[in-house]
Amino acid sequence: MSKFVYTQENEQEFQRLLKKYPKSDSMMLPALWLVQEQLGWVSPEAMLFVAEKLGKPPIEVHSVTSFYTMFNLKPIGTHHIELCKTLSCMLMGSRDLKKHIKDTIGIEPGQTSVDGLFHLTEVECMGACGGAPALALNGKYHEKITCSGLDELVKECKSCK
Amino acid sequence: MQVKIVSKNFDIPNSHTLEVARANGRYSTVEKVFSMNPDDIMEEVTKSGLRGKGGGGAPCGPKWKMMPKDDPRPSYLIVNGDESEPGTFKDRQIFEYDPHLLIEGIIASSYAMNIHDAYIYIRGEYKFWSDRVDAAIEEAYAAGIIGEKIMGHDYSLNITVHRGGGAYICGEKSALIESLEGKRGHPRLKPHQKECEWFFDNPATVNNVETIASVPFIVENGAEGYRAHGTKSSPGTMLFAMSGPVKNPGVYELPFGEKMIDFLEILGGGMQEGKKLKALIPGGSSCPILTAEEVQTAVLDYESMWDIGSTLGTGGMIVIDDSANMVEVAKNLIEFYHHESCGQCTPCREGTSWIDKILKNILEGSGNESDLNTILDVCHTMNGKTVCVFAPAVSDIIVSIVKKFRHEFIEEFKKNNQTK
Repeated sequence: MSKFVYTQENEQEFQRLLKKYPKSDSMMLPALWLVQEQLGWVSPEAMLFVAEKLGKPPIEVHSVTSFYTMFNLKPIGTHHIELCKTLSCMLMGSRDLKKHIKDTIGIEPGQTSVDGLFHLTEVECMGACGGAPALALNGKYHEKITCSGLDELVKECKSCK
Repeated sequence: MQVKIVSKNFDIPNSHTLEVARANGRYSTVEKVFSMNPDDIMEEVTKSGLRGKGGGGAPCGPKWKMMPKDDPRPSYLIVNGDESEPGTFKDRQIFEYDPHLLIEGIIASSYAMNIHDAYIYIRGEYKFWSDRVDAAIEEAYAAGIIGEKIMGHDYSLNITVHRGGGAYICGEKSALIESLEGKRGHPRLKPHQKECEWFFDNPATVNNVETIASVPFIVENGAEGYRAHGTKSSPGTMLFAMSGPVKNPGVYELPFGEKMIDFLEILGGGMQEGKKLKALIPGGSSCPILTAEEVQTAVLDYESMWDIGSTLGTGGMIVIDDSANMVEVAKNLIEFYHHESCGQCTPCREGTSWIDKILKNILEGSGNESDLNTILDVCHTMNGKTVCVFAPAVSDIIVSIVKKFRHEFIEEFKKNNQTK
């Protein structure tokens, strides 16, 4: 098990944010976000690192990390597709998009493509109901997305790998 | 029919930058704020009748007055931008198009409650928007608008953006504070008597983004200016959102008291070609559903919505057309609640899972009419027996769909019998 440490930049950011709260306990989510930005997921080693940094038992860090759905507890593909499935998006065609992803990339929610390029997560309401159906690609929102629009995005991702 | 109080600058190019924001009136109320007594601001907000825009509609002034006076501990303002209620995407517009209005509102609100530290909790998915608010805060610090001495006045104020991690329940104010304290977002038990919230045992107030963004208008125009819009008991305006198969989905600011059907037809542009209105969920998915007939006469204010057995919630309306299967609609919503239940209270954790399973069975063809009684029974067990209002909200929406669209469930059972 190799030890996790922040990059110098992330360490500085951690120290900057730490000053903004009355207690270091509040740094739990910011610390985990820095981990995920650095690693792409929150590894057990990183949880130990955060626990030590905040003076918490490791199980508490795990308990928090596993509560919040945006933290990846396993490594995921290079490009993360988060497809909204809640009511407005469902009414406007998110199920067609899901099928299209299955047909073209070959993945279902929770799966990573064989080449490791794409990971699909079906998410609950993203707050993009007016632009339904919506998805986020690597965190960036794409609204009123069509199957052909999705193909374009996938093509862009493939060309920049 | 639109009245633009909060959304006044939304259409101006680059309205999120300090330069454009200032040229369009942002921070013009700061001088007035510091010329006033904090109690006077609190009184003005109370008299304005401003109500919380996050879904509950509780009056803002009385909430502020629950902050203890002369408490030696530091006090905190926590702005709730967790916006996760399905159908709701209004606070996002403020973050995107007028973050400086929010900062201006935080200055006035903090001064009224003698607060020197404010946090804006923004849902994790809104990375673009939390970056935008962060950038606005940086600009405001650099210009001396916040920080050690606010625009030369002897008052310090720090504002920090805190990103959530993708948990709907963190929009519940006490769960939000738990999350801000670095814990799982489990709502807290409520005290018997109303009191303020507590952040690390320090007094705190939690207000929705839009509520805080409404404060500068009240400072500028007084309570009467705000009351000039809306109704007597629901004064002012609200950012109403519309989504689903309508021609012009989006967010529109309306005074309270407008007719729902006018909003749908005039601003929403009516239904898309070939689609017919079947039902509408009025204020985020936790509000009891309305039938097409009920929509014709519904009025957009808190009291009118209560009168017809629903609530105004966040004002985020989901329009449902006649091609939708209401059993699938119910299933979609219960999947959401099943996924988002924090798991702390048994009736909610087990109830959402149980109803999800029943609806799955019905859609897979093995349901019968007694399932509907089981659903209503489970909903009854969930309602009012948990720490927070999540379970009652689930109960309300599911019961309303089962009761108002029972015939569609019966159709589903018949369809299944025919295929067997």
